[in-house]
Amino acid sequence: MPNFFYQVNFYLFGLIAIGSAIAFVTRRSPVAAALWLVNTMFCLAVLYVMLEAQFIGVIQVLVYAGAIMVVFLFVVMLLNLGEPSEIADIRGKWGKLVAALLGIVLLAQVAALSGKRMPEPFIPGTGYDAQAVRDLGAVGSVAQPLFNEYLLAFELTSILLLVAIVGAVVIGRRRQIDAR
Amino acid sequence: MIPSSVFAAVHVIPDPPLAWWPFIISTVIKMLLVFTVYMIGVAMLTLAERKISAWIQGRLGPNRVGGKLGLLQPAADGVKNIMKEETLPAHVNKPIFTLAPMLAFIPALMAAAVIPFGAPWDSRWGRISMVIADLPVGFLFILAISSLGVYGIVLAGWSSNNKYALLGGLRSSAQMVSYEISMGMSLIPVLLLAGNVTLNEIVDQQANMHLWNVLTLTISFFIFMVAAFAETNRLPFDLPEAESELIAGYHTEYSAMKFSMFPISEYANMATSSALMATLFFGGWDIPFMKQDNTGGVGILLVLLSIAIFAVKTGFFIFVFIWIRWTLPRFRYDQLMSLGWKTMLPLALAYIVIVAATLLGLDYLGSVFPRFQRDFLWAHVIPVYGLAMLGVNIVLVIIVFFILDRGRIISPAYGRATPQQIARLRAVTAVRSHLSPQSGD
Repeated sequence: MPNFFYQVNFYLFGLIAIGSAIAFVTRRSPVAAALWLVNTMFCLAVLYVMLEAQFIGVIQVLVYAGAIMVVFLFVVMLLNLGEPSEIADIRGKWGKLVAALLGIVLLAQVAALSGKRMPEPFIPGTGYDAQAVRDLGAVGSVAQPLFNEYLLAFELTSILLLVAIVGAVVIGRRRQIDAR
Repeated sequence: MIPSSVFAAVHVIPDPPLAWWPFIISTVIKMLLVFTVYMIGVAMLTLAERKISAWIQGRLGPNRVGGKLGLLQPAADGVKNIMKEETLPAHVNKPIFTLAPMLAFIPALMAAAVIPFGAPWDSRWGRISMVIADLPVGFLFILAISSLGVYGIVLAGWSSNNKYALLGGLRSSAQMVSYEISMGMSLIPVLLLAGNVTLNEIVDQQANMHLWNVLTLTISFFIFMVAAFAETNRLPFDLPEAESELIAGYHTEYSAMKFSMFPISEYANMATSSALMATLFFGGWDIPFMKQDNTGGVGILLVLLSIAIFAVKTGFFIFVFIWIRWTLPRFRYDQLMSLGWKTMLPLALAYIVIVAATLLGLDYLGSVFPRFQRDFLWAHVIPVYGLAMLGVNIVLVIIVFFILDRGRIISPAYGRATPQQIARLRAVTAVRSHLSPQSGD
């Protein structure tokens, strides 16, 4: 019984995620689009939590929905971009055609992949992640590999982010630097 | 390598599992209880705010409805707000305008689901933990949910199509994003010390170290408290609704119950932040000077006592919120940003490094002085680990608050007053103290 409940919820949130993603790309108003994207992030977080990756789920909400999308909204509001119909970025039939073709290719790839290895019905608390969470805690099971096996990649990523921050500061202050 | 036994000591007694039907029944009861207590508590908080502000300003406060204490004032306000005409200005973006109050209200309540409010109860059906959802990610969930509260305010400001409302919304998003970072960083020392993110285990850790985290991690507590004020948009950080500059900020266009959702969510956020401060830094539901409540499950009397203790601790912080609102003036916007980014964030980062180094050093001595001990002085055990942390903390507090600060963070608008100025101020209050409170609220 709990398992049935679980399956229903899992697919329900998957469907909501897909629906929100479609709404996200079809809305013309940037604020509405951003809100649909937030909804998609939420549904993804729910799916992560249901797959025993609670930490990833929470970070998904904390970072994407709670920080990045807020900054997006902030910028959208601050710029107060004109009429929604003028700023839609896909215009003309060629753009739509290419987008549709790309979408079909992507769907075909997903179908080919999922046909090869249809996942077993997921039973909560049995997977590899569940065992790791029980042994190391929700955070430890992410931290252990991150700071042991993938330490170099982690540090390189942090340098990349630092470079991005410095770049943003330089671009932001270019007028002051040029004036000098 | 630090031996993993450092952290293993907390979970001595594994919780016996609960059959499914007591689990569902107890969870539903807990949900209803917490929801009811929250809603009634928030209503009473509006009264408490008005009474305390009246007390601070030498007035009487609400005293017309429900006796001298005005106990029925919240009910009267509620009825008024429901009966009032709900205006929907023609220029608003209707779906988002309607959605915004809900988006402010829901996260404020959701965060309460993971805060443990009492010691686990050993009932005849099994051990019932006094928390609605004992998530393995604990307070990261609270951080994530509380970071969503900003949507309600931002969208209310944007959808109103009103420049004051929009400015309020913009201010709030900038403010909340800035202080969220300091808030998260201030909690990392707590994580390092507890070795866990589950709130119940953080309560356990403080009980087993025999010291509250506020004594071992004072600077974290300080940063967390300031950030909590900013996150709940309370004075001195209420710039999103600064009435002298922005009319009423983001909720200018709202009326009736839609308007009332915003204050309700603000009070609910305040209650959640207070509960979180009590849990993370003041021992949560742990009954001071007692070890019987830390043995796993306890009897119903101890459960009720621990809930009462938790309520007292939370109530104290709610009082501090109100106290500070009626004491401090509002920050200027640039002061707000420079406090967040130039003072609190570097302070929090430096503190993480120092605490991590201290813990690493102490853990190397871990075999001699274990981090967690169930017994205390009566078993001839001295909590050396906690006392060492306390010593380091006292040194850091002196350095930060008395040497580096020199009166800048604690009283940001001015330097210290000279003794002559203080004497003059005292003379002024001496004359005014003849006046007694007259009437009205």
